[in-house]
Amino acid sequence: MTKLLSMSDAIAAHVRDGDSVALGLQMEQMIPFAAGHELIRQKKRGLRLIGPISDILFDQLIGAGCVKDVVAAWVGNVMMGSAYNFRRACEVENPGTPGEKLKVFNLSNFAVALGLQAGAMGVPFLPTRTARGSDIPKGNHFFYEIMSPFANEHGEREMLYAVRAIVPDVTIVHVQRSDAEGNAHCWANFGVMLEGVRAAKKVILCAEEVVPAEVIASDPNRTVIPGFLVTAVVEAPLGAHPSPVQGHYKRDDAFFQQYHESTKTADEFQVWADTWIRGVKDVREYAGRMGAERVASLRVKEHAFAAATDFGY
Amino acid sequence: MTLSSNPSQRTKTAGFTLGELMVAAAAREIKDGEVVFVGMRLPLIAFVVAKRTHAPNAVGLFENGVIRATPSPELIYTMADPPNIKGATQCLDMIGVMSLLQSGRVNLGFLGAAEVDRYGNLNSTQVEVREHGQDARATAGVDAGSTKTIRLPGSGGACDIASLAHRFVAMIEHSRHRLPERVSYITSPGYGNGRGWRKKVGLPRGGPSAVITTKALLRFGEDREAFLASHHPGVTVEEVVANTGWKLKVADDVLETPSPSGEELAVIRDYDKKGFWTS
Repeated sequence: MTKLLSMSDAIAAHVRDGDSVALGLQMEQMIPFAAGHELIRQKKRGLRLIGPISDILFDQLIGAGCVKDVVAAWVGNVMMGSAYNFRRACEVENPGTPGEKLKVFNLSNFAVALGLQAGAMGVPFLPTRTARGSDIPKGNHFFYEIMSPFANEHGEREMLYAVRAIVPDVTIVHVQRSDAEGNAHCWANFGVMLEGVRAAKKVILCAEEVVPAEVIASDPNRTVIPGFLVTAVVEAPLGAHPSPVQGHYKRDDAFFQQYHESTKTADEFQVWADTWIRGVKDVREYAGRMGAERVASLRVKEHAFAAATDFGY
Repeated sequence: MTLSSNPSQRTKTAGFTLGELMVAAAAREIKDGEVVFVGMRLPLIAFVVAKRTHAPNAVGLFENGVIRATPSPELIYTMADPPNIKGATQCLDMIGVMSLLQSGRVNLGFLGAAEVDRYGNLNSTQVEVREHGQDARATAGVDAGSTKTIRLPGSGGACDIASLAHRFVAMIEHSRHRLPERVSYITSPGYGNGRGWRKKVGLPRGGPSAVITTKALLRFGEDREAFLASHHPGVTVEEVVANTGWKLKVADDVLETPSPSGEELAVIRDYDKKGFWTS
Protein backbone atom coordinates (compact mmCIF):
# COMPACT_ATOMS: atom_id res chain seq x y z
CA MET A 1 0.00 0.00 0.00
CA THR A 2 1.45 3.32 -1.01
CA LYS A 3 1.89 5.91 1.69
CA LEU A 4 3.13 8.61 -0.65
CA LEU A 5 1.90 12.07 0.19
CA SER A 6 2.96 15.57 -0.70
CA MET A 7 4.88 17.36 2.05
CA SER A 8 2.00 19.73 2.73
CA ASP A 9 -0.54 16.86 2.94
CA ALA A 10 1.73 14.78 5.18
CA ILE A 11 2.32 17.61 7.64
CA ALA A 12 -1.34 18.68 7.57
CA ALA A 13 -2.61 15.16 8.16
CA HIS A 14 -0.11 13.90 10.70
CA VAL A 15 1.16 16.77 12.85
CA ARG A 16 -1.35 18.41 15.17
CA ASP A 17 -0.92 21.52 17.27
CA GLY A 18 0.50 20.52 20.64
CA ASP A 19 2.28 17.40 19.34
CA SER A 20 5.74 16.35 20.45
CA VAL A 21 7.89 16.14 17.34
CA ALA A 22 11.30 14.50 17.14
CA LEU A 23 13.53 15.66 14.31
CA GLY A 24 17.17 16.23 13.51
CA LEU A 25 17.92 12.79 14.95
CA GLN A 26 20.89 12.05 12.66
CA MET A 27 22.79 14.95 14.21
CA GLU A 28 24.22 17.20 11.47
CA GLN A 29 23.36 14.80 8.61
CA MET A 30 19.98 14.62 6.87
CA ILE A 31 18.10 17.14 8.99
CA PRO A 32 14.53 17.31 7.62
CA PHE A 33 14.54 21.03 6.88
CA ALA A 34 11.85 20.83 4.17
CA ALA A 35 9.44 19.21 6.65
CA GLY A 36 10.36 21.74 9.33
CA HIS A 37 9.70 24.58 6.93
CA GLU A 38 6.28 23.12 6.14
CA LEU A 39 5.49 23.09 9.88
CA ILE A 40 6.25 26.82 9.83
CA ARG A 41 4.20 27.52 6.70
CA GLN A 42 1.21 25.68 8.21
CA LYS A 43 1.61 27.70 11.44
CA LYS A 44 1.71 24.68 13.71
CA ARG A 45 1.57 25.81 17.33
CA GLY A 46 2.42 24.48 20.77
CA LEU A 47 4.91 21.88 19.58
CA ARG A 48 7.38 20.12 21.83
CA LEU A 49 10.66 19.66 19.93
CA ILE A 50 12.74 16.57 20.72
CA GLY A 51 16.26 15.96 19.45
CA PRO A 52 19.90 15.60 20.51
CA ILE A 53 21.35 18.62 18.70
CA SER A 54 19.49 20.59 16.10
CA ASP A 55 21.76 22.73 13.95
CA ILE A 56 19.45 25.72 13.25
CA LEU A 57 16.18 23.91 12.45
CA PHE A 58 15.01 24.16 16.07
CA ASP A 59 16.06 27.82 16.03
CA GLN A 60 13.86 28.45 12.99
CA LEU A 61 10.82 26.69 14.48
CA ILE A 62 11.27 28.63 17.74
CA GLY A 63 11.61 31.96 15.89
CA ALA A 64 8.46 31.22 13.88
CA GLY A 65 6.40 30.74 17.04
CA CYS A 66 5.70 27.01 16.56
CA VAL A 67 7.22 25.81 19.82
CA LYS A 68 5.97 25.42 23.39
CA ASP A 69 9.03 23.69 24.84
CA VAL A 70 12.20 21.83 23.91
CA VAL A 71 13.66 18.50 25.05
CA ALA A 72 17.23 18.51 23.78
CA ALA A 73 20.92 18.31 24.61
CA TRP A 74 22.09 21.23 22.49
CA VAL A 75 20.38 23.96 20.47
CA GLY A 76 22.40 26.25 18.23
CA ASN A 77 24.33 26.52 14.98
CA VAL A 78 27.03 23.85 15.08
CA MET A 79 29.75 25.61 13.07
CA MET A 80 28.95 29.12 14.34
CA GLY A 81 27.97 28.59 18.00
CA SER A 82 24.82 30.14 19.41
CA ALA A 83 21.55 30.55 17.53
CA TYR A 84 19.75 33.80 18.18
CA ASN A 85 16.04 32.85 18.21
CA PHE A 86 16.76 30.20 20.83
CA ARG A 87 18.70 32.69 22.96
CA ARG A 88 15.99 35.36 22.69
CA ALA A 89 13.29 32.79 23.51
CA CYS A 90 15.19 31.63 26.61
CA GLU A 91 16.38 35.03 27.77
CA VAL A 92 13.52 37.37 26.82
CA GLU A 93 10.34 35.89 25.37
CA ASN A 94 9.39 32.79 23.39
CA PRO A 95 7.31 33.75 20.31
CA GLY A 96 5.35 30.50 20.78
CA THR A 97 4.34 31.33 24.36
CA PRO A 98 3.90 35.13 24.41
CA GLY A 99 4.76 36.71 27.74
CA GLU A 100 6.82 33.68 28.78
CA LYS A 101 10.31 32.40 28.19
CA LEU A 102 10.99 29.14 26.39
CA LYS A 103 10.90 26.09 28.62
CA VAL A 104 13.89 23.82 27.96
CA PHE A 105 14.36 20.36 29.40
CA ASN A 106 18.14 19.99 29.30
CA LEU A 107 19.40 16.52 28.53
CA SER A 108 22.74 15.17 27.39
CA ASN A 109 23.09 13.42 24.05
CA PHE A 110 23.32 10.03 25.74
CA ALA A 111 20.21 10.82 27.78
CA VAL A 112 18.27 11.66 24.61
CA ALA A 113 19.41 8.35 23.11
CA LEU A 114 18.44 6.41 26.25
CA GLY A 115 15.06 8.14 26.54
CA LEU A 116 14.18 7.31 22.95
CA GLN A 117 15.55 3.77 23.34
CA ALA A 118 13.34 3.27 26.42
CA GLY A 119 10.40 4.49 24.34
CA ALA A 120 11.43 2.13 21.56
CA MET A 121 11.68 -0.80 23.98
CA GLY A 122 8.37 -0.07 25.67
CA VAL A 123 9.89 0.34 29.14
CA PRO A 124 9.38 3.42 31.36
CA PHE A 125 13.10 4.20 31.75
CA LEU A 126 16.65 3.04 31.19
CA PRO A 127 19.45 3.34 33.77
CA THR A 128 22.71 5.15 33.20
CA ARG A 129 25.87 6.32 34.93
CA THR A 130 26.00 9.55 32.94
CA ALA A 131 25.35 12.98 34.49
CA ARG A 132 26.09 11.88 38.07
CA GLY A 133 27.20 15.08 39.80
CA SER A 134 25.95 17.25 36.93
CA ASP A 135 23.30 19.94 37.45
CA ILE A 136 21.41 18.73 34.36
CA PRO A 137 19.22 16.24 36.28
CA LYS A 138 18.32 18.72 39.04
CA GLY A 139 14.64 19.69 38.97
CA ASN A 140 14.36 17.85 35.66
CA HIS A 141 11.63 15.23 35.47
CA PHE A 142 13.42 13.34 32.71
CA PHE A 143 15.84 12.05 35.38
CA TYR A 144 15.22 10.13 38.59
CA GLU A 145 17.86 8.86 40.99
CA ILE A 146 17.69 5.12 41.56
CA MET A 147 19.68 2.50 43.42
CA SER A 148 20.74 -0.48 41.36
CA PRO A 149 18.70 -3.54 42.38
CA PHE A 150 21.83 -5.62 41.84
CA ALA A 151 25.07 -5.39 43.80
CA ASN A 152 28.34 -4.90 41.92
CA GLU A 153 31.43 -7.07 42.43
CA HIS A 154 32.24 -5.15 45.64
CA GLY A 155 28.81 -5.91 47.05
CA GLU A 156 27.67 -2.28 46.59
CA ARG A 157 24.40 -1.21 45.13
CA GLU A 158 25.34 1.79 43.01
CA MET A 159 23.37 4.99 42.53
CA LEU A 160 22.31 5.60 38.94
CA TYR A 161 19.95 7.82 37.00
CA ALA A 162 16.82 6.48 35.40
CA VAL A 163 16.17 8.36 32.17
CA ARG A 164 12.46 8.68 31.44
CA ALA A 165 11.15 7.09 28.23
CA ILE A 166 10.52 9.53 25.41
CA VAL A 167 7.67 8.68 23.05
CA PRO A 168 7.31 11.32 20.33
CA ASP A 169 3.87 11.84 18.82
CA VAL A 170 5.63 12.20 15.48
CA THR A 171 9.19 11.47 14.38
CA ILE A 172 10.29 13.08 11.12
CA VAL A 173 13.37 11.75 9.35
CA HIS A 174 15.10 12.26 6.02
CA VAL A 175 16.90 9.40 4.23
CA GLN A 176 18.43 8.67 0.84
CA ARG A 177 15.80 6.30 -0.54
CA SER A 178 12.55 4.60 0.32
CA ASP A 179 9.91 2.54 -1.39
CA ALA A 180 6.31 3.74 -1.43
CA GLU A 181 5.49 1.82 1.76
CA GLY A 182 8.29 3.41 3.73
CA ASN A 183 10.84 0.61 3.73
CA ALA A 184 13.89 2.80 3.70
CA HIS A 185 17.61 2.66 3.08
CA CYS A 186 19.86 5.05 4.90
CA TRP A 187 23.64 5.20 5.13
CA ALA A 188 26.06 7.48 6.96
CA ASN A 189 25.70 8.17 10.67
CA PHE A 190 22.35 7.40 12.30
CA GLY A 191 22.68 9.33 15.55
CA VAL A 192 19.45 8.47 17.42
CA MET A 193 17.28 8.01 14.35
CA LEU A 194 16.65 4.29 14.76
CA GLU A 195 15.46 4.73 18.35
CA GLY A 196 13.41 7.80 17.40
CA VAL A 197 11.59 5.88 14.65
CA ARG A 198 10.90 2.86 16.87
CA ALA A 199 9.70 5.02 19.77
CA ALA A 200 7.30 7.27 17.84
CA LYS A 201 3.54 6.95 17.50
CA LYS A 202 3.77 8.20 13.90
CA VAL A 203 6.69 8.49 11.47
CA ILE A 204 6.92 10.87 8.54
CA LEU A 205 9.66 9.65 6.23
CA CYS A 206 11.17 12.09 3.75
CA ALA A 207 13.41 10.63 1.06
CA GLU A 208 15.66 12.01 -1.63
CA GLU A 209 14.11 9.46 -3.96
CA VAL A 210 11.30 6.94 -3.94
CA VAL A 211 12.42 3.71 -5.60
CA PRO A 212 10.83 0.36 -6.50
CA ALA A 213 10.39 -2.08 -3.61
CA GLU A 214 12.90 -4.51 -5.21
CA VAL A 215 15.69 -1.95 -4.84
CA ILE A 216 15.12 -1.75 -1.08
CA ALA A 217 14.65 -5.52 -0.73
CA SER A 218 17.97 -6.13 -2.51
CA ASP A 219 19.90 -4.97 0.57
CA PRO A 220 17.98 -5.69 3.78
CA ASN A 221 20.96 -4.82 5.98
CA ARG A 222 20.67 -1.26 4.77
CA THR A 223 16.90 -1.18 5.43
CA VAL A 224 17.12 0.67 8.73
CA ILE A 225 13.43 1.61 8.74
CA PRO A 226 10.79 -1.09 8.15
CA GLY A 227 7.78 0.30 6.32
CA PHE A 228 5.19 -0.89 8.81
CA LEU A 229 6.43 1.76 11.27
CA VAL A 230 6.00 4.54 8.72
CA THR A 231 2.86 6.66 8.48
CA ALA A 232 3.65 8.78 5.42
CA VAL A 233 6.35 8.84 2.75
CA VAL A 234 7.29 12.13 1.12
CA GLU A 235 9.62 12.42 -1.87
CA ALA A 236 11.66 15.50 -1.05
CA PRO A 237 14.80 15.86 -3.15
CA LEU A 238 17.11 18.45 -1.59
CA GLY A 239 14.79 18.37 1.43
CA ALA A 240 17.65 18.26 3.92
CA HIS A 241 19.51 21.32 2.58
CA PRO A 242 21.58 22.98 4.04
CA SER A 243 22.54 19.80 5.95
CA PRO A 244 24.28 17.04 3.96
CA VAL A 245 22.88 13.82 2.54
CA GLN A 246 25.69 11.35 1.98
CA GLY A 247 25.95 10.42 -1.68
CA HIS A 248 23.59 13.21 -2.79
CA TYR A 249 24.89 16.59 -1.65
CA LYS A 250 27.39 18.02 0.77
CA ARG A 251 26.81 20.42 3.64
CA ASP A 252 26.18 24.01 2.52
CA ASP A 253 28.55 25.55 5.06
CA ALA A 254 28.09 29.07 3.69
CA PHE A 255 24.32 28.83 4.26
CA PHE A 256 24.86 28.20 7.99
CA GLN A 257 27.26 31.16 8.15
CA GLN A 258 24.78 33.38 6.26
CA TYR A 259 21.96 32.29 8.59
CA HIS A 260 24.10 33.28 11.56
CA GLU A 261 24.86 36.70 10.05
CA SER A 262 21.31 37.47 8.92
CA THR A 263 19.20 36.42 11.93
CA LYS A 264 20.75 38.43 14.75
CA THR A 265 17.50 40.25 15.56
CA ALA A 266 13.91 39.02 15.59
CA ASP A 267 13.07 41.34 12.68
CA GLU A 268 16.02 40.08 10.64
CA PHE A 269 14.90 36.51 11.26
CA GLN A 270 11.40 37.30 9.96
CA VAL A 271 12.90 38.73 6.77
CA TRP A 272 15.04 35.59 6.43
CA ALA A 273 12.02 33.34 6.99
CA ASP A 274 9.91 35.34 4.50
CA THR A 275 12.62 34.70 1.92
CA TRP A 276 13.51 31.08 2.55
CA ILE A 277 10.37 29.60 4.12
CA ARG A 278 7.16 31.63 3.74
CA GLY A 279 8.19 33.02 0.37
CA VAL A 280 8.37 29.58 -1.23
CA LYS A 281 5.62 27.00 -1.61
CA ASP A 282 7.70 23.87 -1.29
CA VAL A 283 11.19 22.44 -1.58
CA ARG A 284 11.08 22.77 -5.39
CA GLU A 285 10.59 26.54 -5.16
CA TYR A 286 13.18 26.63 -2.38
CA ALA A 287 15.69 24.98 -4.73
CA GLY A 288 14.77 27.57 -7.35
CA ARG A 289 15.61 30.31 -4.89
CA MET A 290 18.97 28.67 -4.22
CA GLY A 291 19.72 28.78 -7.93
CA ALA A 292 21.02 26.03 -10.19
CA GLU A 293 24.61 27.04 -9.63
CA ARG A 294 24.47 26.74 -5.86
CA VAL A 295 22.64 23.42 -6.07
CA ALA A 296 25.19 22.08 -8.57
CA SER A 297 28.09 23.21 -6.38
CA LEU A 298 26.82 20.96 -3.57
CA ARG A 299 26.37 17.82 -5.65
CA VAL A 300 28.72 14.84 -5.34
CA LYS A 301 31.96 15.55 -7.17
CA GLU A 302 33.57 12.17 -6.76
CA HIS A 303 31.46 9.08 -6.19
CA ALA A 304 32.57 6.47 -3.66
CA PHE A 305 30.47 3.35 -4.12
CA ALA A 306 30.57 0.53 -1.58
CA ALA A 307 31.53 -2.95 -2.72
CA ALA A 308 28.65 -5.03 -4.05
CA THR A 309 27.08 -7.35 -1.46
CA ASP A 310 26.03 -10.86 -2.41
CA PHE A 311 22.82 -12.06 -0.72
CA GLY A 312 22.72 -15.15 -2.91
CA TYR A 313 22.57 -18.72 -1.65
CA MET B 1 34.92 28.12 21.64
CA THR B 2 35.84 31.31 19.89
CA LEU B 3 39.40 32.44 19.46
CA SER B 4 40.69 35.47 17.66
CA SER B 5 39.39 35.59 14.13
CA ASN B 6 42.26 37.78 13.00
CA PRO B 7 44.09 35.78 10.33
CA SER B 8 47.05 38.16 10.47
CA GLN B 9 47.99 36.53 13.76
CA ARG B 10 49.53 33.80 11.68
CA THR B 11 52.22 36.15 10.42
CA LYS B 12 53.15 37.58 13.80
CA THR B 13 56.57 37.12 15.28
CA ALA B 14 56.04 33.72 16.85
CA GLY B 15 55.39 32.18 13.45
CA PHE B 16 52.22 30.39 14.56
CA THR B 17 48.78 31.35 15.82
CA LEU B 18 47.27 30.77 19.22
CA GLY B 19 44.84 28.33 17.63
CA GLU B 20 47.74 26.35 16.19
CA LEU B 21 49.52 26.30 19.54
CA MET B 22 46.39 25.03 21.29
CA VAL B 23 45.73 22.37 18.65
CA ALA B 24 49.31 21.11 18.95
CA ALA B 25 49.03 21.04 22.75
CA ALA B 26 45.75 19.13 22.51
CA ALA B 27 47.23 16.66 20.02
CA ARG B 28 50.04 15.84 22.48
CA GLU B 29 47.42 14.77 25.06
CA ILE B 30 46.53 11.84 22.77
CA LYS B 31 48.76 8.82 23.32
CA ASP B 32 49.41 6.32 20.57
CA GLY B 33 46.84 3.54 20.52
CA GLU B 34 44.30 5.41 22.60
CA VAL B 35 40.57 5.50 21.95
CA VAL B 36 39.52 9.13 21.82
CA PHE B 37 36.09 10.77 21.91
CA VAL B 38 36.94 13.58 19.56
CA GLY B 39 34.41 16.37 20.00
CA MET B 40 34.05 19.48 17.88
CA ARG B 41 36.10 22.44 16.71
CA LEU B 42 39.80 22.53 17.68
CA PRO B 43 39.84 18.90 18.91
CA LEU B 44 38.77 17.77 15.43
CA ILE B 45 42.10 19.05 14.18
CA ALA B 46 44.03 17.88 17.23
CA PHE B 47 42.95 14.33 16.41
CA VAL B 48 44.20 14.74 12.84
CA VAL B 49 47.55 16.12 14.05
CA ALA B 50 48.00 13.30 16.56
CA LYS B 51 47.18 10.66 13.95
CA ARG B 52 49.65 12.10 11.45
CA THR B 53 52.46 12.60 13.93
CA HIS B 54 53.00 10.68 17.18
CA ALA B 55 49.78 8.65 17.53
CA PRO B 56 49.14 6.81 14.25
CA ASN B 57 47.24 4.04 16.05
CA ALA B 58 44.75 6.27 17.88
CA VAL B 59 41.08 5.57 17.18
CA GLY B 60 38.50 8.35 17.08
CA LEU B 61 34.89 8.01 18.24
CA PHE B 62 32.27 10.60 17.30
CA GLU B 63 28.97 10.86 19.13
CA ASN B 64 26.94 10.74 15.91
CA GLY B 65 28.02 7.10 15.58
CA VAL B 66 31.19 7.37 13.50
CA ILE B 67 34.37 5.50 14.42
CA ARG B 68 37.52 6.41 12.47
CA ALA B 69 41.02 4.96 12.47
CA THR B 70 42.14 7.47 9.82
CA PRO B 71 41.67 11.23 9.82
CA SER B 72 38.93 12.50 7.53
CA PRO B 73 40.43 13.23 4.11
CA GLU B 74 39.55 16.93 4.18
CA LEU B 75 38.56 19.66 6.62
CA ILE B 76 35.22 19.19 8.34
CA TYR B 77 33.05 21.72 10.14
CA THR B 78 30.85 19.12 11.84
CA MET B 79 31.42 15.48 12.70
CA ALA B 80 28.66 14.43 10.26
CA ASP B 81 30.20 16.15 7.23
CA PRO B 82 30.44 13.66 4.35
CA PRO B 83 34.28 13.46 4.41
CA ASN B 84 34.07 12.18 8.00
CA ILE B 85 31.78 9.36 6.86
CA LYS B 86 33.72 8.20 3.81
CA GLY B 87 36.37 5.67 4.74
CA ALA B 88 35.20 5.44 8.36
CA THR B 89 35.93 2.28 10.32
CA GLN B 90 32.28 2.07 11.29
CA CYS B 91 29.26 4.25 10.86
CA LEU B 92 26.30 3.37 13.04
CA ASP B 93 24.45 4.98 15.93
CA MET B 94 24.98 7.15 18.97
CA ILE B 95 23.86 4.61 21.53
CA GLY B 96 26.65 2.28 20.34
CA VAL B 97 29.49 4.75 20.82
CA MET B 98 27.97 6.13 24.03
CA SER B 99 27.73 2.57 25.36
CA LEU B 100 31.46 2.10 24.69
CA LEU B 101 32.06 5.34 26.60
CA GLN B 102 29.91 4.20 29.54
CA SER B 103 31.51 0.76 29.73
CA GLY B 104 34.98 2.29 30.03
CA ARG B 105 36.44 1.71 26.56
CA VAL B 106 37.30 5.36 25.92
CA ASN B 107 40.63 6.72 27.21
CA LEU B 108 40.24 10.40 26.48
CA GLY B 109 37.59 12.92 25.49
CA PHE B 110 37.81 16.58 24.46
CA LEU B 111 35.38 19.30 25.51
CA GLY B 112 34.82 22.99 25.07
CA ALA B 113 32.89 25.12 27.54
CA ALA B 114 31.95 28.67 28.46
CA GLU B 115 33.33 28.30 32.00
CA VAL B 116 35.81 25.99 33.72
CA ASP B 117 36.36 26.23 37.46
CA ARG B 118 39.01 25.47 40.07
CA TYR B 119 38.13 21.76 40.15
CA GLY B 120 37.64 21.38 36.42
CA ASN B 121 33.84 21.48 36.41
CA LEU B 122 32.45 22.76 33.11
CA ASN B 123 29.48 24.96 32.28
CA SER B 124 28.06 25.11 28.77
CA THR B 125 24.38 25.59 29.69
CA GLN B 126 23.87 29.10 31.06
CA VAL B 127 25.90 31.90 32.63
CA GLU B 128 24.88 34.80 34.85
CA VAL B 129 26.33 38.11 33.71
CA ARG B 130 26.02 41.67 34.89
CA GLU B 131 24.29 43.97 32.42
CA HIS B 132 27.57 45.44 31.22
CA GLY B 133 28.78 41.96 30.41
CA GLN B 134 31.06 41.09 33.30
CA ASP B 135 30.61 37.89 35.20
CA ALA B 136 28.30 38.35 38.17
CA ARG B 137 30.24 36.35 40.69
CA ALA B 138 33.64 37.86 39.89
CA THR B 139 32.46 40.98 41.68
CA ALA B 140 29.86 39.44 43.97
CA GLY B 141 29.57 41.30 47.23
CA VAL B 142 30.92 44.47 45.70
CA ASP B 143 27.88 45.35 43.68
CA ALA B 144 25.02 42.92 43.16
CA GLY B 145 23.85 45.11 40.25
CA SER B 146 21.33 43.77 37.81
CA THR B 147 22.19 40.41 36.35
CA LYS B 148 20.82 38.46 33.47
CA THR B 149 21.13 34.90 32.31
CA ILE B 150 22.82 34.18 29.00
CA ARG B 151 21.59 30.94 27.52
CA LEU B 152 24.26 28.78 25.89
CA PRO B 153 23.62 25.89 23.48
CA GLY B 154 23.87 23.19 26.18
CA SER B 155 25.65 19.93 26.89
CA GLY B 156 25.43 18.04 23.65
CA GLY B 157 27.59 15.05 24.50
CA ALA B 158 29.89 17.00 26.83
CA CYS B 159 28.27 15.84 30.06
CA ASP B 160 28.53 12.22 28.89
CA ILE B 161 32.21 12.53 27.97
CA ALA B 162 33.08 14.27 31.25
CA SER B 163 31.12 11.68 33.22
CA LEU B 164 32.34 8.53 31.53
CA ALA B 165 35.72 8.87 29.76
CA HIS B 166 38.86 7.77 31.65
CA ARG B 167 40.09 11.36 31.40
CA PHE B 168 39.12 14.51 29.58
CA VAL B 169 40.75 17.69 28.33
CA ALA B 170 38.89 21.01 28.22
CA MET B 171 39.73 23.89 25.91
CA ILE B 172 38.69 27.45 26.72
CA GLU B 173 39.48 31.14 26.32
CA HIS B 174 41.47 32.36 29.34
CA SER B 175 39.84 35.18 31.31
CA ARG B 176 38.62 35.77 34.87
CA HIS B 177 35.00 35.32 33.90
CA ARG B 178 35.67 32.17 31.86
CA LEU B 179 37.62 30.66 34.76
CA PRO B 180 35.57 31.43 37.87
CA GLU B 181 36.27 29.83 41.23
CA ARG B 182 33.01 27.88 40.91
CA VAL B 183 30.88 27.50 37.80
CA SER B 184 27.30 28.67 38.27
CA TYR B 185 26.00 25.48 36.65
CA ILE B 186 27.78 22.14 36.33
CA THR B 187 26.95 20.88 32.87
CA SER B 188 29.87 18.47 32.77
CA PRO B 189 31.33 17.19 36.02
CA GLY B 190 35.01 17.65 36.78
CA TYR B 191 36.29 16.95 40.28
CA GLY B 192 33.28 18.63 41.96
CA ASN B 193 34.70 20.14 45.12
CA GLY B 194 37.88 18.10 45.27
CA ARG B 195 39.33 14.69 45.96
CA GLY B 196 36.85 11.85 46.40
CA TRP B 197 33.88 13.77 44.99
CA ARG B 198 33.48 11.79 41.77
CA LYS B 199 33.27 8.46 43.56
CA LYS B 200 30.89 9.89 46.14
CA VAL B 201 28.40 11.13 43.54
CA GLY B 202 28.51 7.84 41.65
CA LEU B 203 30.78 8.58 38.72
CA PRO B 204 32.58 5.41 37.67
CA ARG B 205 35.95 6.93 36.76
CA GLY B 206 37.61 9.85 35.07
CA GLY B 207 37.92 13.59 35.48
CA PRO B 208 39.93 16.33 33.77
CA SER B 209 43.63 15.75 33.08
CA ALA B 210 44.26 19.17 31.51
CA VAL B 211 42.68 22.47 30.65
CA ILE B 212 44.19 24.10 27.56
CA THR B 213 43.45 27.82 27.56
CA THR B 214 44.46 30.70 25.32
CA LYS B 215 47.19 31.57 27.84
CA ALA B 216 48.27 28.37 29.55
CA LEU B 217 47.98 24.69 30.23
CA LEU B 218 46.52 23.72 33.61
CA ARG B 219 46.78 20.31 35.21
CA PHE B 220 45.30 18.84 38.38
CA GLY B 221 47.05 17.88 41.59
CA GLU B 222 46.41 15.07 44.07
CA ASP B 223 43.91 17.40 45.73
CA ARG B 224 42.14 17.62 42.35
CA GLU B 225 42.62 21.38 42.18
CA ALA B 226 43.87 22.96 38.95
CA PHE B 227 47.40 24.36 38.88
CA LEU B 228 49.44 26.19 36.27
CA ALA B 229 51.67 23.64 34.54
CA SER B 230 52.85 25.76 31.60
CA HIS B 231 52.27 29.23 30.22
CA HIS B 232 52.14 29.84 26.49
CA PRO B 233 55.08 31.61 24.78
CA GLY B 234 54.85 35.37 25.32
CA VAL B 235 52.52 35.04 28.33
CA THR B 236 53.88 35.57 31.86
CA VAL B 237 52.96 33.54 34.92
CA GLU B 238 51.65 36.76 36.53
CA GLU B 239 49.37 37.38 33.56
CA VAL B 240 47.91 33.87 33.80
CA VAL B 241 47.32 34.18 37.54
CA ALA B 242 45.82 37.68 37.19
CA ASN B 243 43.35 36.43 34.58
CA THR B 244 42.14 33.46 36.60
CA GLY B 245 39.07 33.78 38.83
CA TRP B 246 40.68 32.17 41.87
CA LYS B 247 44.13 32.13 43.43
CA LEU B 248 45.70 29.75 40.92
CA LYS B 249 48.45 27.51 42.23
CA VAL B 250 51.62 27.54 40.19
CA ALA B 251 53.81 24.47 39.73
CA ASP B 252 57.33 24.75 41.21
CA ASP B 253 58.72 23.69 37.88
CA VAL B 254 56.32 25.73 35.71
CA LEU B 255 57.32 25.51 32.06
CA GLU B 256 56.65 27.30 28.83
CA THR B 257 54.17 25.44 26.63
CA PRO B 258 56.21 23.99 23.76
CA SER B 259 55.66 25.77 20.47
CA PRO B 260 54.12 23.68 17.69
CA SER B 261 56.80 21.81 15.77
CA GLY B 262 57.29 22.28 12.06
CA GLU B 263 55.72 18.88 11.51
CA GLU B 264 52.66 19.78 13.59
CA LEU B 265 52.24 23.13 11.86
CA ALA B 266 52.52 21.49 8.46
CA VAL B 267 49.69 19.07 9.30
CA ILE B 268 47.50 21.82 10.76
CA ARG B 269 47.96 24.11 7.76
CA ASP B 270 47.53 21.30 5.26
CA TYR B 271 44.23 20.38 6.93
CA ASP B 272 42.78 23.77 7.93
CA LYS B 273 43.94 25.46 4.74
CA LYS B 274 41.97 28.68 5.20
CA GLY B 275 42.54 28.80 8.95
CA PHE B 276 38.80 28.54 9.75
CA TRP B 277 39.46 26.88 13.10
CA THR B 278 43.09 27.83 13.76
CA SER B 279 43.63 31.36 12.46
